Amino acid sequence: MNELKGYKDIPIGGIITEAGNSVTYKTGDWRSQKPIWKEEGCVHCLICWVFCPDDSIKVEDGKVIGIDYDHCKGCGICARECPRKERALQMVKES
Amino acid sequence: MASEQKRVAMTGNEAVANGMRQINPDVVAAYPITPQTDIVQFYSSFAADGLVHTEMVTVESEHSAMSATIGASAAGARAMTATSSQGLALMWEMLHIASGYRLPIVMPVVNRALSSPINIHCDHSDTMGALTTGWIHIYSESAQEAYDNLIQAIRIAEHPDVLLPVMVCQDGFITSHGIEIVFLLPDEVVKEFVGEYKPHTSVLDVENPIAVGPLQLQDYYTETKAQEAEAMARAKKVILEVAEEYEKISGRKYGLFEEYKMDDAERVIVVLNSTAGTTKAVVDELRAKGEKVGLLKPRVLRPFPADELVEALSSAKAVAVMDRAETFSTRGGQLFTEIRAAFYESHKRPLMRNYIFGLGGRDTTTREIHRVFKDLDADLERGQVDKLVTHLDVRE
Ligand code: SF4
Ligand code: SF4
Repeated sequence: MNELKGYKDIPIGGIITEAGNSVTYKTGDWRSQKPIWKEEGCVHCLICWVFCPDDSIKVEDGKVIGIDYDHCKGCGICARECPRKERALQMVKES
Repeated sequence: MASEQKRVAMTGNEAVANGMRQINPDVVAAYPITPQTDIVQFYSSFAADGLVHTEMVTVESEHSAMSATIGASAAGARAMTATSSQGLALMWEMLHIASGYRLPIVMPVVNRALSSPINIHCDHSDTMGALTTGWIHIYSESAQEAYDNLIQAIRIAEHPDVLLPVMVCQDGFITSHGIEIVFLLPDEVVKEFVGEYKPHTSVLDVENPIAVGPLQLQDYYTETKAQEAEAMARAKKVILEVAEEYEKISGRKYGLFEEYKMDDAERVIVVLNSTAGTTKAVVDELRAKGEKVGLLKPRVLRPFPADELVEALSSAKAVAVMDRAETFSTRGGQLFTEIRAAFYESHKRPLMRNYIFGLGGRDTTTREIHRVFKDLDADLERGQVDKLVTHLDVRE
């Protein structure tokens, strides 16, 4: 969660003054399950990246590099769609 | 120096439409409803005749009228609409959105009873229900006041310390359709008084992109509402400052309420809008006989000037607060409840009772006002009120 501001410091009327600032709004704490990605089993087909509804599969140079746990909501779509789920992507209970 | 004013005979609606013409807003979106229809009808002819630069948006309902006004205002336009009764009721959810977005929309409201039973005449059930919508509420006794209040409302709404919508109310048919003498300011004086509108933000400003109306949950909703409440509190000072400036151009004085022969008044009636005029006539009559009676006519109900009202009423001995709308609380009307609550901390509490009157346009004449003053007299003799809430002039 971001540091919460007082009413004197927020924009008037609840407007958002910064374009694309939803990345700073962390929503990962909704999760009850989380995906565990294992680099050694992954073939970088990017199916998980295509399906993730929250843009939480981190990709660099065409390769998966990890999960953005600040925004991943734990829906499990990535793990369900992964063709190598046993070895590359599995859901575990959030501790 | 007050300006050279045109003395004309016109209805309250025509006076308001002329005020709007002089304000010349960028957008007017409206839907007709009796008894407000005239305002927009007159205004449409001004627009058709090229007297204003306004974009007129005709919509299919009042919900859409307020939505379009909100859209235009969020886009940085000076935007207005007007309504009555069921129309205001249909706008309801959008009223909260206009104030929540902090859009300085100004809306004349011609007070009319809410259905059911269906009725087209005056009472205040429409706007009394809207007191919790975050709008500033200003009430007008006459066509002149409706006109003067409308022009001042623009400055109040758009003041950077306020940025809240304002409804300017007058009594349906009684003043909206009654012809009286009105003094209109010169067009250029009003133009200068309201000034050019410089929106605080605009969704069309591509240099400074904003999102209007996003979700706020447990984390920020409270702060946004607290901010809104603080703006409402600040509005009180702004209303008085604007009134002072307006007096300079018009010679007419406005405050949070009007006190009529209140100096040594022992029995006082508190009443809004046109019935205050009727009460003044009775006060004059009774004063001529040496009776110490007075009138307090609230002008601003949101923000509610509680301290000022207590101060003004605390030297009275008996007060009748008259409400032109039911609340069905069984403990009296809105105005009565709020004024009575304002006295909770006070050590000088006059006797206070409530009358629900004039519902659905029932005429309230000097005869009924005489009766109220008589009731107060009997209360003073008895040392207590004999009934907390009375429906005035009701057949049993
Ligand atoms: S779907 Fe599975 S194998 Fe494909 S990139 Fe994602 S984790 Fe790797
Ligand atoms: S669990 Fe859902 S939100 Fe999280 S990375 Fe997988 S698909 Fe995206």
